[in-house]
Amino acid sequence: MQYIDNIIFLIALVVGFGLFFRSLKEIYRNIKLGRPIDRTDRPGDRWRTMAKVAMGQSKMGKRPIAAILHLFVYVGFVIINIELLEIIIDGIFGTHRFLAGIMGDSFYGFFTATLEVLALLVIVAVVIFFIRRNFYGVKRLTMKELFGWPKQDANWILIIEFALMTAFFTMNASDWVLQQRNVLAAHGSFPVSSNLLAPLFSGLGDGTLTFLERGAWWFHFLGILFFMNYLYYSKHLHIILAFPNTWYANLEPKGKFKNLASVTAEIKLMMDPNADPYAAQPDADPNAVPEKFGANDIFDLNQVQLLNAYSCTECGRCTAVCPANITGKKLSPRKIMMDTRDRVEEVAKVINKNGKWEDDGRKLLDDHIQREEIWACTTCNACVEACPVLIDPLSIIMEMRRFLVMEQSAAPQELNLMMTNVENNAAPWQYNQADRLNWAKD
Amino acid sequence: MDFTIKTMAEYAAEGKSPEVLFWVGCAGSFDDRAKKITRAFCKILNKINVEFAVLGPEESCTGDPAKRAGNEFVFQMMALTNIEILNAYDVKKIVTACPHCFNTIKNEYPNLGGNYEVIHHTQFLKQLMEEGRLKIEGGSFKGKKITFHDPCYLGRGNNEYEAPRMLLEKLDAELVEMKRCRTNGLCCGAGGAQMFKEPEKGDKDINVERTEEALAETPNIIATGCPFCNTMMTDGIKHFNKNTEVEVKDIVELLAEAEDL
Repeated sequence: MQYIDNIIFLIALVVGFGLFFRSLKEIYRNIKLGRPIDRTDRPGDRWRTMAKVAMGQSKMGKRPIAAILHLFVYVGFVIINIELLEIIIDGIFGTHRFLAGIMGDSFYGFFTATLEVLALLVIVAVVIFFIRRNFYGVKRLTMKELFGWPKQDANWILIIEFALMTAFFTMNASDWVLQQRNVLAAHGSFPVSSNLLAPLFSGLGDGTLTFLERGAWWFHFLGILFFMNYLYYSKHLHIILAFPNTWYANLEPKGKFKNLASVTAEIKLMMDPNADPYAAQPDADPNAVPEKFGANDIFDLNQVQLLNAYSCTECGRCTAVCPANITGKKLSPRKIMMDTRDRVEEVAKVINKNGKWEDDGRKLLDDHIQREEIWACTTCNACVEACPVLIDPLSIIMEMRRFLVMEQSAAPQELNLMMTNVENNAAPWQYNQADRLNWAKD
Repeated sequence: MDFTIKTMAEYAAEGKSPEVLFWVGCAGSFDDRAKKITRAFCKILNKINVEFAVLGPEESCTGDPAKRAGNEFVFQMMALTNIEILNAYDVKKIVTACPHCFNTIKNEYPNLGGNYEVIHHTQFLKQLMEEGRLKIEGGSFKGKKITFHDPCYLGRGNNEYEAPRMLLEKLDAELVEMKRCRTNGLCCGAGGAQMFKEPEKGDKDINVERTEEALAETPNIIATGCPFCNTMMTDGIKHFNKNTEVEVKDIVELLAEAEDL
């Protein structure tokens, strides 16, 4: 019977990580629903970008308050997870504060003290974040696309983090009191919990304290497993996906939009005076499905765009700088990303149910994203510049414009006029090309 | 114009080629306001003896507005036509006063067979200044306040924030920055083919928002580096009835003015 703890621990560990990896696999499958895209060139630059933007958080600095608070949570999260290693070893082998033996008492003291300080900073940040989000009225955090689940999700994350850190301090404080009473061997140094929490615990008996210590330890461990598995349903996926997302980011100048190769072939054929328009393409595949121009659903978007959607943490920095949004238009780049992710999830549900994709009669365009949003964009790249994890909402907007124009001829009338003018007069206005040098005569 | 503007065809007929091709663009060719920018730039180049040519009637729209509207067919039709002509003249270096033309030819033509050194007029003038060919005396702007509006397709689109500012600094005026500038610059509202349509319903127009921000700095001059920004900001100051107090001018117009051209 003495191993029952260890066995329960091991089962929780395996189930927790198992479910987590299953979620990751599902996300990978969903991202693969998009079109392939080769973004593996210039690997050196890609690693550098990832190190700078994801690890180094270089884009967060633009909003200093959020940046500092985010840094607390980020560094806290990364370092506190070293603690997870110890929890796993202790849990499996029934040891207590295993790392103390390896690190040596003085370094272990430094390690645990660092964790305590970071944990305190995490709590401070999380509390301020909660207040900012719910009571302070930061516009980008209270916009209407966040009503419902996105807002709850954000709050849940903060509550979970708060609970995990509270459990961490409870565990340390009761441990420390027990160490003072020589019930437990003395390991580690706990500047925060020994001063703030321990006085509250000093009146408790050894049994209660042991129960508290074990309870908090289990809560912390199970909480981490829960948090990991919660990620799949949450915008908080960015803590993992920010890394691949920045690695696969667009390295070209932002103004450069890709040219559709399929169009090039047709235009060249059209412009070639020797081409026979009726001749079949020499290597034409009779079963080939004609290529669709642009995108009206997630299947037409590329895999990096879908990865973008999963990496979005809905911070709204893109929307806060969007000129269309600032002036009250319907477009919100954040909503474009959220809609894309919602649609991927919708498709994923069908696949999970049927084992394969069956048309559900819905599309990303019109059923999620409205045309009015698409046409309000000035392609100014402010959203792309603002994203702390290098998401490109503009590329999705552009694919949808292409679909509307080239597949449906559904551009706003004034744009049709402009395009006709470009086509016929080689200028967006109705002037004669022969008059292009008239300015020199004035 | 009190000097002749030569075309590539004329240079070719003489068996010569100019130092640089000036890509005028549709706005620069047809829009009455933008034509002034075109002439100012030519005057500067002429004054300091830069041999340049234009394509004139052989120039077509780069295709930028069609592409940003989503019409890849019309864009590539324009692009391939232009590339054919540019390559026939064996063009090496292109300068343009329009960030949209600049971005499109620089970034989107190479993949279609058009490889040139493409620079924005502010970059070209900066180069000329660094080579000592262009000298700017900015005395007449002393005591004036200028604020510069970053064009999206020059700034965020292609990472050029310094060349326009460097030129403006030579004018001896006080250069003030708007709250949103450089990477944070706010669009004038014309990009992405918005120039050619009514904006979607909202609380206000983008150019009004941007002009409001510019006017908050109480400038004498709002400097632009894009014919479309110029139009939008000009409309903006009219909206606020400030068109008698504040001028909207392209950087080359200011330089030409400084040189009394």
